[in-house]
Amino acid sequence: MTLLLEQALNGLQFGLMLFLLAAGLTLVFGIMDMINLAHGSLYMVGAYLTAAAASASGSFVLALGAGVAGTALLAVVLERAVLQRFYRRDHLSQVLGTFALLLMANEGVRMVWGSQSVPLSPPEALAGPVELLPGFFYPAYRLLIIAVGLAVAVGLYGLVTHTRLGMQVRAGASNRDMALAMGVNVSRLFTGVFALGAALCALAGGLLGPLLAVQVGMGENILILAFVVIVIGGIGSIRGALLAALLVGVVDTAGRVAMPWLFGLALGPEAADQAGPAVASILIYVLMATVLVFKPRGLFPAHG
Amino acid sequence: MTVVRTVTSALKPLAHVAAVAAMAVAAQGALASDKVKVGLLSTLSGPGAGLGVDIRDGFNLAIKHTGGKLGGLPADVIVADDQMSPDSAKQTTDRLLKRDKVDFMTGVVFSNIMLAVSQPIFASKTFYVSANAGPSQLAGKQCNPYFFSASYQNDNMHEAVGKTVTDKGFKKAAILAPNYPAGKDALAGFKRYFKGEVVMETYTALNQLDYGAELSKMRASGADSVYIFLPGGLGINFIKQFVGAGLSKDMTLFGPGFSGDEDVIKAVGEPMLGMFNTSQWAHDMNHPANVKFVTDFQKEYNRLPTLYAAQAYDAAKLMDAAVRDVKGKLDDKAAVHKALMAAKFESVRGPFKFNTNQFPIQDYYLRVITRDTKGRVTNRMLGKVFEQHGDAYVGECKMPAL
Repeated sequence: MTLLLEQALNGLQFGLMLFLLAAGLTLVFGIMDMINLAHGSLYMVGAYLTAAAASASGSFVLALGAGVAGTALLAVVLERAVLQRFYRRDHLSQVLGTFALLLMANEGVRMVWGSQSVPLSPPEALAGPVELLPGFFYPAYRLLIIAVGLAVAVGLYGLVTHTRLGMQVRAGASNRDMALAMGVNVSRLFTGVFALGAALCALAGGLLGPLLAVQVGMGENILILAFVVIVIGGIGSIRGALLAALLVGVVDTAGRVAMPWLFGLALGPEAADQAGPAVASILIYVLMATVLVFKPRGLFPAHG
Repeated sequence: MTVVRTVTSALKPLAHVAAVAAMAVAAQGALASDKVKVGLLSTLSGPGAGLGVDIRDGFNLAIKHTGGKLGGLPADVIVADDQMSPDSAKQTTDRLLKRDKVDFMTGVVFSNIMLAVSQPIFASKTFYVSANAGPSQLAGKQCNPYFFSASYQNDNMHEAVGKTVTDKGFKKAAILAPNYPAGKDALAGFKRYFKGEVVMETYTALNQLDYGAELSKMRASGADSVYIFLPGGLGINFIKQFVGAGLSKDMTLFGPGFSGDEDVIKAVGEPMLGMFNTSQWAHDMNHPANVKFVTDFQKEYNRLPTLYAAQAYDAAKLMDAAVRDVKGKLDDKAAVHKALMAAKFESVRGPFKFNTNQFPIQDYYLRVITRDTKGRVTNRMLGKVFEQHGDAYVGECKMPAL
């Protein structure tokens, strides 16, 4: 029973972090029609800036703020200087261009911080586990991640559905040309959306830093998952990204426990060792394929 | 048909030129033993780069200690990046072998890359001195006179941990490794020497980020000890989450030397305190060769050396001794082989000798991560686990002729 609860929390936590990454990616893709492979690099830069600020200031909260602000600033510069030139180009140019940025970001980080991964620890007060129910312990830091993730999800939902900016964002996602014709300041909107996406990304990087290795190339692994999430959720849809992220988080976490167990029941322990982990690791791609069979444009497609 | 003929006739003069050029190159090769060329192929970019950088730095330090020479001849070390990809490693190896015509090769970190480049290296009759990778294939059925390991056979460290966990009286172990050949070998090595009960054996994805699910299972399994074989970033991820989940209070964490080495400690910090790991070398071993290595490494690079750096340093010293022994006559492969086999140098790990499969027979030690007198979090050597230990595959090795 506690195992089930713990897995649910793990899935929720992992899903919310994926959501922070996917939210920016889906907005940029949906509104600007821009494939940004360097999205994972912003996540990496966020984690590195947070780690650097944490070791300089000693305060995790301060460092996280600095990491998010720094990355958003960098994103504004990047968007204005480079990415704007890609909006009118085809997807292949965008993929090539942003892939170049990804490689440059990796080498740039290596030049500044070196090849070995840098330390980033959770705040002292949250370093250990807490007892949620009698006899049920859960890492305090993961609870913080869940809380922040939920708060951001609610905030983002409010922003997108109840503000003027959100209206423009939704309009841009569902019909860009019409939004343009209705006088939306596209240039500023794009910069804003890109910076917001980068800030969310950096928040995920900074928050996951104490759980994961802060190292060069950390963005690539997680970028693949973020793409899976936005494809399942429907490109351009925040609601879809949230639901898909939670789905991927839960399926991935639960699959790693359930698959070896199921194979063990059906085929014996040998098969559980061999096939269990292999099947568990492709489960989210199976999920993606299944969703696409029934809903080729994702769960909540933004474009009408 | 005509087309083919035209092409051949057009190529004929070219073929002559090529043949003459080849003869010229060959003639030059026979005369020129005025320097030693070493191809150092290692992982210098991507997530595994930290390991390759340590190998490069350890090797270069040894060359510096010998005054830029190997066995009295000027050393020319060509450093190349394998990008952690077997394909690009193979291409780069071809370049080192055919264009640069290196006399020795070294540097590969990962076993899958080692296996990919071993055949072209052996075919070109170039001696490879391993500064890390020691796959079971090259220790057993595919053993080769051109392959020397200055490090360890992959299973060794896991065997040493298995014995340590047993000796310390732990009864229930949870063991964890990535789902790929080296991961399975690792857990097999551990189980070869662990006499208690394995209550949880889990294989994870090679690029797994989150270990929440495995940690829950671990807690539920009631294990008293945990063994992980998670190289590089994987280990960092796991240890951070293991400590965050509070499991370090109930279970003792064990790992092979490279999971508890200085690069991981630097990334994780205090949560590493109390972790046990095994290795054939430790930075606080106090024989003169090691003290000089560790002191100068810190002076040169401003960090403590890892196992990788120590192995690369030894690889260079082994080449140095061999070149000196054969008096620079590197074309006499039999003599070079004999000189390498003799290993006449002071290893930073202390004395060792080569087994018939050309892997070391050496001592393995237990280390624990603690605070040293300067307050740094680092490894301290506790004692010997294995004395003059070989590997499990030597029996399968029928060493081919040179």
